Amino acid sequence: MLSEEAIKKIDYELTKYPDDKRQAAVMSALRIAQSENGWLSPECISDIAGYLGIPKIAALEVATFYNMYDLEPVGKHKITVCTNISCMLRDSDAIVDHLQEKLGIGFNEVTEDGKFCLKEGECMGACGGAPLMSVNNTKMHEFLTPEKVDAILKELK
Amino acid sequence: MAAAKVVNPVMTDLKGQTLVTLRTLKEKNPASLATYENLGGYAELKRIVTEKVKAIDIINQVKVSGLRGRGGAGFPTGLKWSFMPRYFDGTKYLVCNSDEGEPGTFKDRDIIRYNPHQLIEGMAIAAYTLGAGVGYNYIHGEIWAEYEIFEAALQEARDAGYIGENLFGTNFRFNLYAVHGYGAYICGEETALIESIEGKKGQPRFKPPFPASYGVFGKPTNVNNTESFASIPWILQHGGQAFANLGVAGSGGSKLFSVSGHVEKPGNYEVNMGMPFTELLAMAGGIWKGRNLKAVIPGGPSTAVMPAAAILEATMDYNGLGKAGSSLGAGSMIVMDETTCMVKALKRLSYFFYEESCGQCTPCREGTGWVYRVIKRITDGEGKMEDLDLLTDISNNISGRTICALGDAAATPVLSFIKHFRPEFEYYIQYGKSMIDGK
Amino acid sequence: MLKIEIDGKPVEVDHGTTIIDAADKLGVTIPRFCYHKKLSVAANCRMCLVEVEKFGKPLPACATPVAEGMKIFTRSKAAVEAQQSVMEFLLINHPLDCPICDQGGECDLQDIAVAYGTSGSRYTEQKRVVFNKNIGPLISTDMTRCIQCTRCVRFLKEVGGMQELGMVGRGEHAEITAYVDQSVNSELSGNIIDLCPVGALTNKPFRYSARSWELVRRPSIAPHDSLGSHIEVHVKNDKVMRVLPREKESINECWLSDRDRYSYEGLNSPDRLKVPMIKHGDEWQETDWKTALEFAASQIKDITNEHGSDALGALVSPNSTMEEGYLIKELVHGLGCGNVDYRLRQTDFRLDGKRVGTPWMGCNIDELENLDRILVIGSNLRNEHPLLAQRFRKAVANGAELSIISPLDNNPLMDIAHKIICTPNDIVNVLAQILKSMSQLQRLSLCLPTSLSELLEQIRVRPNTEAMAESLAGLGKSFNLIAPRVGIFLGNMALSAPRFTEMYSLAEAIGGVSGAKGGILPAAANSTGMHLVGVMPTATGMHARAMLEVPRKAYLLLNIEPELDCQHAALASAAMKQAECVVALTAYKSKALDNANVLLPIAPFTETSGTFMSMEGRIQSFKAVVKPFGECRPAWKVLRVLANTLGLHGFDFESSEDVKNKIFNGEKPSDFARSRLNNNMKELVDIEAKIKSHGLQRVGEVPQYEADPIVRRSEPLRKTKYNIKRLVRLHPDEMRAYSLVEGDLVLVKQDQGSTILPVRPDIHVAPGCVRVAAAHEDTLGLGDLMGDISIEKITAEQVAAIKAKETEAQN
Repeated sequence: MLSEEAIKKIDYELTKYPDDKRQAAVMSALRIAQSENGWLSPECISDIAGYLGIPKIAALEVATFYNMYDLEPVGKHKITVCTNISCMLRDSDAIVDHLQEKLGIGFNEVTEDGKFCLKEGECMGACGGAPLMSVNNTKMHEFLTPEKVDAILKELK
Repeated sequence: MAAAKVVNPVMTDLKGQTLVTLRTLKEKNPASLATYENLGGYAELKRIVTEKVKAIDIINQVKVSGLRGRGGAGFPTGLKWSFMPRYFDGTKYLVCNSDEGEPGTFKDRDIIRYNPHQLIEGMAIAAYTLGAGVGYNYIHGEIWAEYEIFEAALQEARDAGYIGENLFGTNFRFNLYAVHGYGAYICGEETALIESIEGKKGQPRFKPPFPASYGVFGKPTNVNNTESFASIPWILQHGGQAFANLGVAGSGGSKLFSVSGHVEKPGNYEVNMGMPFTELLAMAGGIWKGRNLKAVIPGGPSTAVMPAAAILEATMDYNGLGKAGSSLGAGSMIVMDETTCMVKALKRLSYFFYEESCGQCTPCREGTGWVYRVIKRITDGEGKMEDLDLLTDISNNISGRTICALGDAAATPVLSFIKHFRPEFEYYIQYGKSMIDGK
Repeated sequence: MLKIEIDGKPVEVDHGTTIIDAADKLGVTIPRFCYHKKLSVAANCRMCLVEVEKFGKPLPACATPVAEGMKIFTRSKAAVEAQQSVMEFLLINHPLDCPICDQGGECDLQDIAVAYGTSGSRYTEQKRVVFNKNIGPLISTDMTRCIQCTRCVRFLKEVGGMQELGMVGRGEHAEITAYVDQSVNSELSGNIIDLCPVGALTNKPFRYSARSWELVRRPSIAPHDSLGSHIEVHVKNDKVMRVLPREKESINECWLSDRDRYSYEGLNSPDRLKVPMIKHGDEWQETDWKTALEFAASQIKDITNEHGSDALGALVSPNSTMEEGYLIKELVHGLGCGNVDYRLRQTDFRLDGKRVGTPWMGCNIDELENLDRILVIGSNLRNEHPLLAQRFRKAVANGAELSIISPLDNNPLMDIAHKIICTPNDIVNVLAQILKSMSQLQRLSLCLPTSLSELLEQIRVRPNTEAMAESLAGLGKSFNLIAPRVGIFLGNMALSAPRFTEMYSLAEAIGGVSGAKGGILPAAANSTGMHLVGVMPTATGMHARAMLEVPRKAYLLLNIEPELDCQHAALASAAMKQAECVVALTAYKSKALDNANVLLPIAPFTETSGTFMSMEGRIQSFKAVVKPFGECRPAWKVLRVLANTLGLHGFDFESSEDVKNKIFNGEKPSDFARSRLNNNMKELVDIEAKIKSHGLQRVGEVPQYEADPIVRRSEPLRKTKYNIKRLVRLHPDEMRAYSLVEGDLVLVKQDQGSTILPVRPDIHVAPGCVRVAAAHEDTLGLGDLMGDISIEKITAEQVAAIKAKETEAQN
């Protein structure tokens, strides 16, 4: 079920499009629902499709096409590390290794306490700050070093 | 929504830069409306709208400026604008492509976070010129802070009467909205982006019809890159010729170069077109750790990699890089020093294209995975010499045979890496390890 | 016209033609997977790449419009290279499991790989595996074989009207699927099997039962709705293995409804009657044809001799052939009896004797998509005419304004401009409102007959009706007024309604003021044909309903199960029970025929020759595609011999063609039909347009997979979502009015009959209506499909008490 707050936010997004183009808001709607629930369950996607009046499969197509949507639970903090070329050149591998060791999980895994999940990301368009990672799709951390990662993790606990 | 606080970036040295799209950068609160207005911002929009400047005159100035699409394709902006149908019964749309996802590209992010109002003004002028009533700025989903900054800037501009209905007491209306991607490189392709705005998968459309006749919601639409739009107020304020004069023949203006990889000071540098590469490299602090330059991808991975010898002679403009065997692309320079293993670098790039292929066209859907698997097999120590010809062949079979340019983009690194660094690949195949790092 | 050249051959084509269409016109083959002439262009498979002079790279023929002077090369080095490389890409992840694939032998991928591919593969990496999806009982999936052409996705969205499949994920991980664990429910779903160019989507009931090269393909005509779809019946060892569409652009295009595709499973049902049977006491005994026919003839003779010839009644299925209809009519008439009728699901016969000719749809099927204003009255289109609905969908996609008046607010999967949902009886009032509103709009009130004008004076036009009338009148639109493209159609629910005559008359009048085409959408494969050959009572005879209301001593049944195929199940049941003799010509043994005395096994449409006449008046003959099952005989032969046995003359037909020739009497069938198809009325009928204010009315539509004896025996169709357990559905307002909640049991009563069913709220049912579907065991106790009905809540204890009483009564 979409919360009242979520509906309000989706309604705001709907104001950006013509009245008969409700599908256009599906990207935002999925993002809003995900930030509320942590991930997108089939029920949740179906609710959004229902609210927007579009076929469920059309909403699922979108949810599976864009890789910032999570169709499985990802824990409280999803850490996405960019490993693309510019980050790789500035040793994102070391950051990945450090994170994996520190959290004891590999990519696409969730820590036992459900707090952290690690994802490998593609280019985030912030390569000047490489190596970098994003937390919960919203907060970007740049110029990472293992020490900086430790500090960030500490703050997230 | 309150304006997000954006502090001045850590950019102590602006020497040698020509700040056009980042002209607020020297100021204390670069992103605020007040800062932009103090620098004469929105005056051009107001003049154009209230004096009812003719669209054709604006388009001419843009043509004279020599501005070419800053998103990577380099199509002349003035010419693109002239494709929009003048008369149309219904809403025309204006779209800004801020979906930077090409590795090594991060210039639009700085425009949005440091100078959003210039972008808004540029879009509003374009909307006036092209008769577009509604605009969308489609922002890369990963740079969420910038999305929020832009939403806040839009609210400021709305409150100040720069966008909305009946602007400056005329019947000109322009409603501009921020929308976002959510993790799909392909949406940087303009028709995929349009699909995405419509709430669909970002699968590029077959062209023709082009967006100018069939764009957002099937209506005439003009799509330009962030940097292109942000250049417009400056061009109209100073005249097209002044902008053209900043650059060189065939490449008007200044340009934001995103420098990443093995340099001391990675970041964006807004410099005049035609600047020698060596000068730009020096601005970025030179190669890090005192090492030597090995290669540069000058415009993002969809442009051919250039060995040091070629890039060191080149100037940073469309013709300069074209002559040197690559292209300017989005001006996204990925700098690689002598410790870089080109086989591993290519593996990462081919993985990227494999991951980001939308899956629509057979050659790209099937070919990018094939390429990645072969290269991975090489780095796993199971390569065969025939693999290099096979890789070249697969890439040639992808290139030019797909709906959009992602197929070509995926082929380019494979072809250029093998062309320029073949011995490294042969070594890897023969010894099962890297010639560079021995691992 | 543009002059172009393909492979050196010049051809002239229209502006906007694509290369692939131009090549098809010229007979030059360009390989393709994603392109389909009936679907939007996706240009994603890239198989149709060709070389075009002055273009640096190969272009997709499907998406490239030709230009003047274009020189196209489909087999040049560049084109072949491109085609071979695409083929190689398509095959790297394809399992190449042709030996175990049902598509083998009729696979585009196989054929094109042979013609355009190379012999070896350079791919040595791991192949992709995609999990199969369960998308329902009709279609089986092998998704690893899928080449992502998206034809299936586009079909369901564009033709089916509802996107039920999608391509999720992206890149190499992209796969076709329905929403999480859901089935594909389109009533046109089977077409995606034909569209699938590989073996990813195959026919589930047919799976692994035959190889395509073992099948003999024989043409036939679909036997359920009145569209007259062309089908191809695939036969192995004298058994129907599957049914596919045969392309006929003006009728079914290249499509087929699931009902027409999968009903054949009913032909192979264990219920099939193998030999003639006679009931002795309570025992059914097998017998030979001679004995059975003599027994039947003597029974009929005895009864007519004793009680008069009108003691006999003949009920005829509208799915039987024209020849069969003609012969049974002649036989009954020959006995001096006028009681014969095919209109089994009709209650209102007030139009009898008032028609000028045979009622039909009033236009051609392919004209529908060019209409710009449409009114559909009393039809659940997708249920009644699944494939015809698609033509309406096209019209709406082309911009037509669709208005609907119906007791059911079912989603037709197309945009509705105006709708009025009301009880079947109130439709009359709504139509009167429209007529009034339109005649005012058109200033044509003076042209209406006085009786109608007087009626309209009392009518109050409501705003929503006025809006509908304005739409039909084309108010404010620049429609062609000289040749208006308006269509008005009455569907099955209207045809079954007790006030059909009034609906029909008003629809005719509305058609008159709006210049509309249109008429009725007949329910069954040969409804129109039965009318044309006159399978109806004589002036003194009884119609189908009267024969049940005033029970006959003897019945002759052709191809029906009386309780399931007649309007009033309870009456039909009682009438059969009391009859002294029931002679049933039937393909099936059936509980519904328990009250018969003789069962004569007849051949269904696949085992006999015959003729159907479609809703558009098209006369289509077909031949048997397999030998008759067991001792079955074509019904025309059985009727001929029965007539002979009865001592009647004029039945010396040697073939069904002889019968057909007799029917058309030397005239060309199409001319014969054209001169007799006419929706006009000789005189107006009295119209009562008052709104009904009390009581409930049943909406008893016949579910599409229960419509006739064949289809109701198709197991795969019975497993679909459409075969729902019978429920009582009420508008939520009525639920409240009767203090009912979902799941409550209600006692549903019609006339003397009743049944107990669970209730469910349904906002798609008009207030004042009780939706209880017909043609099912659970509702056999009920009466008229659109008759008065009452409901009362009943507790589990009361149910138990009633059950106990029934058992007691039986003992």
